[in-house]
Amino acid sequence: MKKRIQLSTPSKYLINAILVAVLLVGGTMLYNSGLLNRASKAVLIQCGIYSILAVSLNICTGYLGQLPLGHAGFMAVGAYVGALFWKATVSWPAGLTIVFGLIVAGLAAAVFGIIIGIPALRLKGDYLAIITLGFGEIIRIAIINLDGITGGTPGLLNVPKHSSFLLTFACLAAAIFITHNVIHSRHGRAILSIRGNEIAAESCGINLTYYKVFAFALSAFLAGVAGAVYAGFQGSLFPKSFDFMASINILVMVVLGGMGSMTGSVIAATVLTALPSLMQALSSYRMVIYSLLLIVVMIFKPSGLMGTKDISVSRFIQRLLCGELFKSRKKEDKAHE
Amino acid sequence: MSEQLHALGPKGFVPERDLDKTPVLETHHLGIDFGGLTAVNEFEITIGRTEITGLIGPNGAGKTTVFNLLTNVYKPTRGNILLDGVSTAGKSTAQLCRMGIARTFQNIRLFKDMSVIDNILVGLHHEMDYTLPEAILRLPRFWRGEQIARKRAMELLGIFHMEDTADTPAGSLPYGAQRRLEILRALATNPSILLLDEPAAGMNPSETAELMENIRRIRDTFQIAVLLIEHDMSLVMGICEGIAVLNFGQIIAKGTPEQIRNDPAVIEAYLGKQQEV
Ligand SMILES: Nc1ncnc2c1ncn2[C@@H]1O[C@H](COP(=O)(O)OP(=O)(O)O)[C@@H](O)[C@H]1O
Ligand SMILES: [Mg+2]
Repeated sequence: MKKRIQLSTPSKYLINAILVAVLLVGGTMLYNSGLLNRASKAVLIQCGIYSILAVSLNICTGYLGQLPLGHAGFMAVGAYVGALFWKATVSWPAGLTIVFGLIVAGLAAAVFGIIIGIPALRLKGDYLAIITLGFGEIIRIAIINLDGITGGTPGLLNVPKHSSFLLTFACLAAAIFITHNVIHSRHGRAILSIRGNEIAAESCGINLTYYKVFAFALSAFLAGVAGAVYAGFQGSLFPKSFDFMASINILVMVVLGGMGSMTGSVIAATVLTALPSLMQALSSYRMVIYSLLLIVVMIFKPSGLMGTKDISVSRFIQRLLCGELFKSRKKEDKAHE
Repeated sequence: MSEQLHALGPKGFVPERDLDKTPVLETHHLGIDFGGLTAVNEFEITIGRTEITGLIGPNGAGKTTVFNLLTNVYKPTRGNILLDGVSTAGKSTAQLCRMGIARTFQNIRLFKDMSVIDNILVGLHHEMDYTLPEAILRLPRFWRGEQIARKRAMELLGIFHMEDTADTPAGSLPYGAQRRLEILRALATNPSILLLDEPAAGMNPSETAELMENIRRIRDTFQIAVLLIEHDMSLVMGICEGIAVLNFGQIIAKGTPEQIRNDPAVIEAYLGKQQEV
């Protein structure tokens, strides 16, 4: 047997950091090079925003095993809070207002997540789906009626357009980094154990309500950040963008990608955002395509595109170094799940 | 072994060596009703610090219900439970785990999608003390906590020689190995009493014999008490220092294996039936 080369942990982190930096810098150069037209630039940013949303919903649906139906509500809270913050702080230095805006947007959404989550998650059964469904609608109607602050149906206009390629994808990278590090820790294992078996988790000393609400709040936080990025990209916000169908769109991405796989969430979010936009002729058939895709995946791969697997570049490189890229792939994948 | 036992009035058995200490578990008038049905009534037991106690009785007698009462999965209708002399009333299942009571389940409840070692690491959750920000930023306390916990998890797997399976999904283990993993996960929570619900169910005789030896070894190594529900008479009689017999939710006999074997009520309610089959 050949000796296995084990990449040390710091070098794995270094590989990932270099990769992210290259992607961000390369992407920004491409984005600003003039090779892309306006429409494809917009699609690119939207892919990033929906990827953050899918990654965030995956925490709740994939890792925790709960089914919220109002994710767009958290996105809306983040979008409006972020937009209003940015509008109020235009005089601040750009870096400061942008970063604080994102954090405030995320925290506002997380607060709503905690307020909704504590009663909804303490109940056993499917109450969470119903309560979050109601929450999503309440938020939308509240935005319409608080028109003094939110602009109501005519929209909130003149939001500073902060969302560059760099900002969008740096947020996506941060969302993936945070989620990965949480899930691969004792806190993440607590969340996964709740999905596995609630009674057993409790018998192992896991505080169910605490970890459910925590996962839910983290999911809401990242959705709020995505909302702010969305606001800074669109430049204007309308309540109808955050309706029930928006929540379902995000859910479809997570289910298609594979519940419990961030890679799957990002791929599905990218495909489902890019496809309808690139094929304008098909855009009116979007829901038909969604349904067909869902049916096909559910028949042939009920666990979603990626199942619970995640792709790791550092693992790929390690395999490359060992010269066993294809040989023992099956075994490796199992071992790393 | 049975000479060491010392009957304490009607309450049961506390080995002499533990008489000067608080019993690890004590129940008084414990009972629960489901609607009109009294599933458990007047359940009284006292378990010494390092005692292996058996809880036997026919199917539906209420044995699993007793475990659910002891871990507060069901709230008792009557009576109280003292764990290390402290009342467990109003405590959640998770809090009781931290107070020192750990259990396995009759119908195995592993985290099937998680790896074998991750199952144990869930049990070791409270042995690690790094915070959430420390985990997100991967600070030194995170690495140190994880490293110590992983080492401990591998040691625990070593008890049943399961180190090789550490990275496989728990759900893909053979049945017997799943039962053993559940015991290890419970042990990981650092209990003072371990509740085992039919640990030998589905095991063949040689596996059962090995398990018996291992339960004794676990008790000796970790110096903990064990309360086990079991149908396999050879296992119960072989390793238990005290036995309580439950029938229709009531304790009908308590004593040493010797006493239980010769108790007419037990023979009629339980052993008799076994022999007829
Ligand atoms: N949650 C429950 N609701 C209603 N009845 C229950 C519940 N749990 C247990 N029981 C009843 O309590 C009795 C004892 O069950 P159990 O403790 O599982 O028996 P054993 O483990 O001794 O085989 C049974 O009659 C069962 O139907
Ligand atoms: Mg039972």
